[in-house]
Amino acid sequence: MEVVMSFVIGGLYASGLYLMMRRNILKLVLGIALLSHAANLLIFTMGRLTRGHPPLIPPGEVRVLESIADPLPEALILTAIVIGFGVQAFAIVLIRRCFETLGTDDLDEMRSTDRAP
Amino acid sequence: MVWIVLLSFVSAFFPPWLCRVLHSRTGWIVALLPAAITAYFARFIEEISSGGTVVESMGWVPCLGIELSFHLDGLSLLFALLISGIGTLVVIYSGSYLAGHYQLGRFYSTLLIFMASMLGTVLADNVITLFVFWELTSFSSYLLIGFNSDQKPAREAALQALLVTGAGGLALLAGFLLLGQAAGTLEISALLAKGDAVRSHPFYVPILLLILAGAMTKSAQFPFHFWLPNAMQAPTPVSTYLHSATMVKAGVYLLARLSPVLAGTAIWENVVTPVGMITMLTGAFLSLLQTDLKLVLAYSTVSALGGMTMMLGVGSQPAAEAAVMFLVAHALYKGALFLVVGILDHETGTRQSGRLGGLFRAMPATGLAGILAGFSMAGFMPSFNFIAKEQTYAAILETTPAVFLTAAFFVAGTCYVVVGGITGFQPFTGRPRERFLKPPHEAPPSMWVCPLIMAAAGVLVGVFPSPAGKYMLSSAVGAVLQAPSEVQPALWHGPDVKLFLSTAAMLAGICLYLARAKFRRSMEPLTPLLSKGPEHLYSLSLAWLDTIACAQTRVLQSGRLNLYLLITIVTTTGLVGASMLEHEPILGLERWSDLHIYEAILAVVLLTSTVVIVRSRSRLAAVAALGVVGYAVALLFLLFSAPDLAMTQFCIETLSVVLLVMVLYRLPRYRDYSSGKERFRDAVVATLAGGLITALVLVATAVTREARLTPFFTEHSLLLAKGRNIVNVILVDFRGLDTLGEITVLAVAALGVYSLLKLNTGKKSGD
Repeated sequence: MEVVMSFVIGGLYASGLYLMMRRNILKLVLGIALLSHAANLLIFTMGRLTRGHPPLIPPGEVRVLESIADPLPEALILTAIVIGFGVQAFAIVLIRRCFETLGTDDLDEMRSTDRAP
Repeated sequence: MVWIVLLSFVSAFFPPWLCRVLHSRTGWIVALLPAAITAYFARFIEEISSGGTVVESMGWVPCLGIELSFHLDGLSLLFALLISGIGTLVVIYSGSYLAGHYQLGRFYSTLLIFMASMLGTVLADNVITLFVFWELTSFSSYLLIGFNSDQKPAREAALQALLVTGAGGLALLAGFLLLGQAAGTLEISALLAKGDAVRSHPFYVPILLLILAGAMTKSAQFPFHFWLPNAMQAPTPVSTYLHSATMVKAGVYLLARLSPVLAGTAIWENVVTPVGMITMLTGAFLSLLQTDLKLVLAYSTVSALGGMTMMLGVGSQPAAEAAVMFLVAHALYKGALFLVVGILDHETGTRQSGRLGGLFRAMPATGLAGILAGFSMAGFMPSFNFIAKEQTYAAILETTPAVFLTAAFFVAGTCYVVVGGITGFQPFTGRPRERFLKPPHEAPPSMWVCPLIMAAAGVLVGVFPSPAGKYMLSSAVGAVLQAPSEVQPALWHGPDVKLFLSTAAMLAGICLYLARAKFRRSMEPLTPLLSKGPEHLYSLSLAWLDTIACAQTRVLQSGRLNLYLLITIVTTTGLVGASMLEHEPILGLERWSDLHIYEAILAVVLLTSTVVIVRSRSRLAAVAALGVVGYAVALLFLLFSAPDLAMTQFCIETLSVVLLVMVLYRLPRYRDYSSGKERFRDAVVATLAGGLITALVLVATAVTREARLTPFFTEHSLLLAKGRNIVNVILVDFRGLDTLGEITVLAVAALGVYSLLKLNTGKKSGD
């Protein structure tokens, strides 16, 4: 599965980066969202993929007995998902405000710090 | 010794306050410091002249072999006394020269910083310490040349001096580091014993050339000489102190100091001697073409520095004696002449040689100082410069073939007579040339006493040379040669070739002095040629630098986000990809066989939705597809044993889509901003980057991984943290502080979102 996953991650990266290079500000935000998915999956795959063995200690036991999925990347990704959401929410509101204030969704029109006349 | 230097740096903070209280009398108080330092170093004369050395060391960065170690021997002592002694006189002189200047306090501060750095340079035993002080002198020289910072030429000259000496300083640092590698030590006292090891080391040539570059930019050797005449924009006391008596001699000092390590090879002789000779001749010739007295002196200083370099290039015992003698003689007469020109400028308002004359009656004390110093500069008997000149002839006549150096020094000696005449003699003799705005009068004693002391010393040492030889020169020459030497300077050696040559040069010089106006006129056709000199190359290269910087900034800092991203992605992909290809990665593509059918379907759905996001013309469809991607990722988490991640991802993806849809209808429809060509370019770059990531993941997962932290967490999750969900335990317990940070980020983002929604920027908005 790691082979397929690597292509999924590569595809997400490619489309995320492509969207980020567009001049439309909405596409930029969509690109960032795809990129954060890609990064999360990348970290996840680096911890290796394990089917059906979540990192839980069964009731009655003191420690895990069989091999389980690596909990550390999962913990890191959990943090990343939440922070990614925070950034994304801020970006979404920011582009709305940008459009209201500047009247354009073209990033190349936003090169100057001065307000468009 | 270490404390004296450090204390001088600290004392640089006080002059601005002193100036506020004492006004014009500040100079006398500030002069106490260099005077005390002179007295301090004078105590060592006895000990050093009997062959001793003084060593002091303080840890600085011991792990790198960098010590604040100072080493006082004959050469350092001679320089230290020149620096502090002339420093005292210059400080007193400046008090009157710059009386009432609104930034006198700043001037004194910078001057003291310079003095401390210069002392550090000549006392330092560790080459890195030496380099630091060396750069500090360049830096303070920059501040002092640009002291009149409201004038554009002063600022430009300051920058030029800083760039030239700073570039040389960088070369010097590289040379020092290589030298340290070659010899295995950074301490000069230890280096001196390893001359043979260094000279036979494969790094010898780069070491020599780099250190020479540093020394020759500092000492204004051809072709780097142009910064020194331009530095005459500085106030005259600064020109006296930095650009004649001390700082520009730092390069000569370094050559003398390191000559036991570096000298004695063919390349040393073939580089140092010719450069010195060319500099000596260029400076001497150009000094005759100037009409501004300060420029005359500046070019003749270039010439004198060339002479000293030339003698160090020759490197024999008499040559080292000549270099040291000339160094002392030059500091005395040239310092005095600069101060005299400063007085003339101060009292009459002009430095043009054609406008000054017959001033002896009005300014007898200054005139006496000028005539004595000019007399020394011309090298007449019985000045000390005469002895130095005889010694130079003696050293040159020993070389083979002697004819080039002898001819060169003869020409330079002739020019020095003319320069001495123009600057020390002509302003005070003859008829007054013109009426000045105010009748010229004598300067205050605090001004004329300083050049008079220096000029008188230049003659007195000549009349009574043996104490100087015994107490100062012998040990200094001994330090240069690293062998005990006995210097016995004397005025009269009997009628020989040296006396004949030096008398002939004097007579030629007197003739040239009388015909100087004619000579200058006959050289006028050369003026356009001179403007094409090394300084022209300097300004050309600066212009090139500007052009390249502008072009580079236009490309790299275009203000277009997509270009920034493009450059970043291309660079990263290129570098990482190249390094990966170089190592012939193992992709392990055969691992695809463990695939389950539902996983494959999920992957296809995910990638199809991505294509929809990229290709769709409808914003709503794109956002919906983004939701599908998010849910598919959540399912992947679920399939591969991460239920917590899946739950979080489901919630958050839902929220994101809702937020996006809410904002969507406030934004305009998609429009095509970029051309098909640009889209194709970006698509290629993005595909390559994605391909690289795929390859990286394949390579990384193909090797077995050793998890070192995970066993700790699984082992202690229940026992220490009382939790069965290990991911949860890591987040809230083991890495609780990270989670606190995460919450803070969320809170800040929430504040940002709220304020962006509610904040009224004054413009009438929809909500």
